Amino acid sequence: MGMEGIGARVARKEDKRFITGGGRYTDDMVLPGMKHAVFVRSPHAHADIKGIDVAEAKDMPGVVDVLTGRQLKADGVGNLICGWMIHSKDGSPMKMGAWSPLAVDRVRYVGDAVAIVVADTKGQARDAAEKVVVEYDEKDAVIVAAEALKPGAPQLHPEAENNLIFDWELGDAKATDEALAKAAHITKMHIVNNRLVPNAMEPRAALAHYDKAEDHTTCWTTSQNPHVARLVMSAFYNIAPENKLRVIAPDVGGGFGSKIFIYPEEVVCCWASKKTGVPVKWVADRTESFLTDAHGRDHVSEVQMAFDADNRIIGLKVDTIANFGAYMSLFSSSVPTYLYATLLSGQYAIPAIHANVRAVYTNTSPVDAYRGAGRPEATYLVERTMETAARELGVSPAELRRKNFVTQFPHQTPVIMCYDAGDYAASLDAAMQAADYAGFPARREEAKRRGKLRGIGMSNYIEACGIAPSAAVGSLGAGVGLWESAEVRVNAVGTIEVLTGSHSHGQGHETTFAQLVNQRFGVPIDSVSIVHGDTDKVQMGMGTYGSRSGAVGMSAIVKALDKVEAKAKKIAAHLMEADESDIVIENGELKVAGTDKSVPWFQLALAAYTAHNLPAGMEPGLKETAFYDPSNFTFPAGCYICEVEVDPDTGVTEIIQFVAADDFGNIINPMIVEGQVHGGIAQGIGQSMLEGAHYDAGSGQLITASYMDYCMPRADDLPSFQVSHQNTPCPGNPLGIKGCGEAGAIGSPPAVINAITDAIGNNDLLMPATPERVWAAIHVAKH
Amino acid sequence: MSDVVMTVNGRKVAASVEDRTLLVHFLRENLNLTGTHVGCDTSQCGACVVHVDGKAVKSCTMLAAQASGSTIVTIEGLAEGAELHPVQAAFREHHGLQCGFCTPGMIMAATDMIRRHPEGLDEKTVRHELEGNICRCTGYHNIVKAILAASKAMAAGGEAKAA
Repeated sequence: MGMEGIGARVARKEDKRFITGGGRYTDDMVLPGMKHAVFVRSPHAHADIKGIDVAEAKDMPGVVDVLTGRQLKADGVGNLICGWMIHSKDGSPMKMGAWSPLAVDRVRYVGDAVAIVVADTKGQARDAAEKVVVEYDEKDAVIVAAEALKPGAPQLHPEAENNLIFDWELGDAKATDEALAKAAHITKMHIVNNRLVPNAMEPRAALAHYDKAEDHTTCWTTSQNPHVARLVMSAFYNIAPENKLRVIAPDVGGGFGSKIFIYPEEVVCCWASKKTGVPVKWVADRTESFLTDAHGRDHVSEVQMAFDADNRIIGLKVDTIANFGAYMSLFSSSVPTYLYATLLSGQYAIPAIHANVRAVYTNTSPVDAYRGAGRPEATYLVERTMETAARELGVSPAELRRKNFVTQFPHQTPVIMCYDAGDYAASLDAAMQAADYAGFPARREEAKRRGKLRGIGMSNYIEACGIAPSAAVGSLGAGVGLWESAEVRVNAVGTIEVLTGSHSHGQGHETTFAQLVNQRFGVPIDSVSIVHGDTDKVQMGMGTYGSRSGAVGMSAIVKALDKVEAKAKKIAAHLMEADESDIVIENGELKVAGTDKSVPWFQLALAAYTAHNLPAGMEPGLKETAFYDPSNFTFPAGCYICEVEVDPDTGVTEIIQFVAADDFGNIINPMIVEGQVHGGIAQGIGQSMLEGAHYDAGSGQLITASYMDYCMPRADDLPSFQVSHQNTPCPGNPLGIKGCGEAGAIGSPPAVINAITDAIGNNDLLMPATPERVWAAIHVAKH
Repeated sequence: MSDVVMTVNGRKVAASVEDRTLLVHFLRENLNLTGTHVGCDTSQCGACVVHVDGKAVKSCTMLAAQASGSTIVTIEGLAEGAELHPVQAAFREHHGLQCGFCTPGMIMAATDMIRRHPEGLDEKTVRHELEGNICRCTGYHNIVKAILAASKAMAAGGEAKAA
């Protein structure tokens, strides 16, 4: 390991601009003649639009125009789509209701966009938006997915009878039922995975500029995948052909999944810029973010886990209802299916699994991928059930898990996934040691003497990352390939630009990707620039989500580096009159092995571009591109242990310690990886103790639509974390990387709830486990 | 319209603004100091913290007109030339930021926190004092570490200067 190469804790290159106020986010962009947009949104959860009167609004000071859904439709802007096809078990395709970027006849959730006002200032646009008169005919709304399935429930879309989008299954129902029938013990659980709002700190934004002379649109937007945005806006929304549309995702202030999707606002801003002839900028305020960013989770499941007399799991049966909200968001259908049910085997050898999933429309914000996307739901279900089973069987939770671990690889589960590598016992042992698990009973006694209830809980998660290979996801319904692309440009003076289809919105790619180049060519990371987030610069890309930038994005860079290295060695061999196979790259020089002959890197680069003396027939230059499509998902795994102390008088829970022991495969920058784990755990603790999106069941109003009402984790809600790694390299990609972005959010919620339920002696506890709920659970348990 | 005059990052500025203009919008839109961010509309997130007459203030809670006559320091004015402020340096060294959006407010709040605690800081105090600043990326672990380290470095620096 060099000072700046793979494995080094290098401070981040991108930090300089962020700590000095030099970051450039979408809202920081200003164009000459730019105007500001405000959306008129539905105040009702469900209503027919009887009419829209924009006359008074148009007369307000500074207003450029007020545009509605009818005009949008007339101009041929397409409906928003879900890009992952799921078929129900009867073979029928999922029932996708129409989602117009601006509602035309009907609004289906509070926040549904109805019109856009463009004005000189944001204040003027806001004033004018209040003058748009929309006549609504209110209808009954339904918020809870199970209610929406009942006969007589309000119907959202004519395409989806009984609000059912699909009724899908995975696994072997017969084998699973047989396992349940012969089980020595069955643990039954009712599992609720609470709805969350992702809450990236930078609100979503878009700035669209239509250039009439060139018939070309540029859209700056808060995207995790600008190329996908361009593709979808071109191919499905008729904004412009791809060669006439440039999407730029500059610095993006966090995403956590919520900035994957193509939302109505960027589509409408592009259209509005063309319509009005001025650049149009829209920036969400926080309440708009709460209302319209795709939410996460919202699953309700019935679980039966069957054990034989030796406490081995012989079957797992799961029935899940997933709330999709009012419309199918871009990748919504993949979340409770192939990103969820395929992980229900957890870290365990389970011979028979069957999952049934019903996806349901309700009058709530659309639901899609949020950090972990399906895998937190699977992990919470499996790990709550394992802990509960251990309590019911009267055995150690650790030993019950250990007994059922997968220990031989590759391991084919009954739910599609083939785990390629791992050592689950290593992480379990490391976590138990770090947490002093053996010393817990003494600590519990000591806490009891102080009148406190102490509990400990664990969670042994597995996830699937990379979301690839393309052929595999294509066969499962994905509308896109999930490879990644890269280009490595060595400049004539030896500095290097790496253009990547991955997008960094906090992950530190500008540093880790440069470390990769340093490792290969010895070029200092300050001489390596990472270019991302611009469809005019980067050839193509699928973006960043599913912890895929390392395993897939960096692998594409490795492929391009391979090609650069091969050409560089040919040139070096030619210059030094040596055999190509004898050339080695060391400390920034190309050397002939076993001799003192060498060419410095910058000289080699110059030779490639002067082209005065290249091997016969070789093209000048030193620049290569690559596309990389993995051979399998990757499978990060680990063990999290949480220890809590509950005050029985108030129900207040304090996390005493939180231990994470993760297997991420090989690691490029441990400092950045640890940061990812910290952030993920914080979001998981948020889900389990603080956060929850709550709707008023009657009116469909989102009650938690501001930071006054939705409890974001603050610094004093959280402990410092103990983090360690037990790495088994991933055999599926050249760097051996598994991915680390989502693990914390996946693994932590069950550990927290297992700990609190252990402390209070009542297993019946919903997330978020607020003091009120914990207090009530203690008192129910007492009586 | 209101006439406002203030000193921002050492420079005297004057403008005529709509009465309802918030300080944060004045800084961002009139002065192009876009390092100060807007992350919410209820004064919870703290991404907009700047120093007004030496104190940390959420610039979304104050009208530009109210700040007239004040001396303002934003994230752009914290470093002395090329030399980072110790809090900025500590955030970088301890990886106290990821997406960078909450970072300017965090750094401005932390600088003020350290100033108000010349006796030094402990983890509990730092966590309590960060109540008004939300970060979604870091889980605060490394932010707390960075602030504690900066507090120590600044105390040592102060002693070195005194000696």
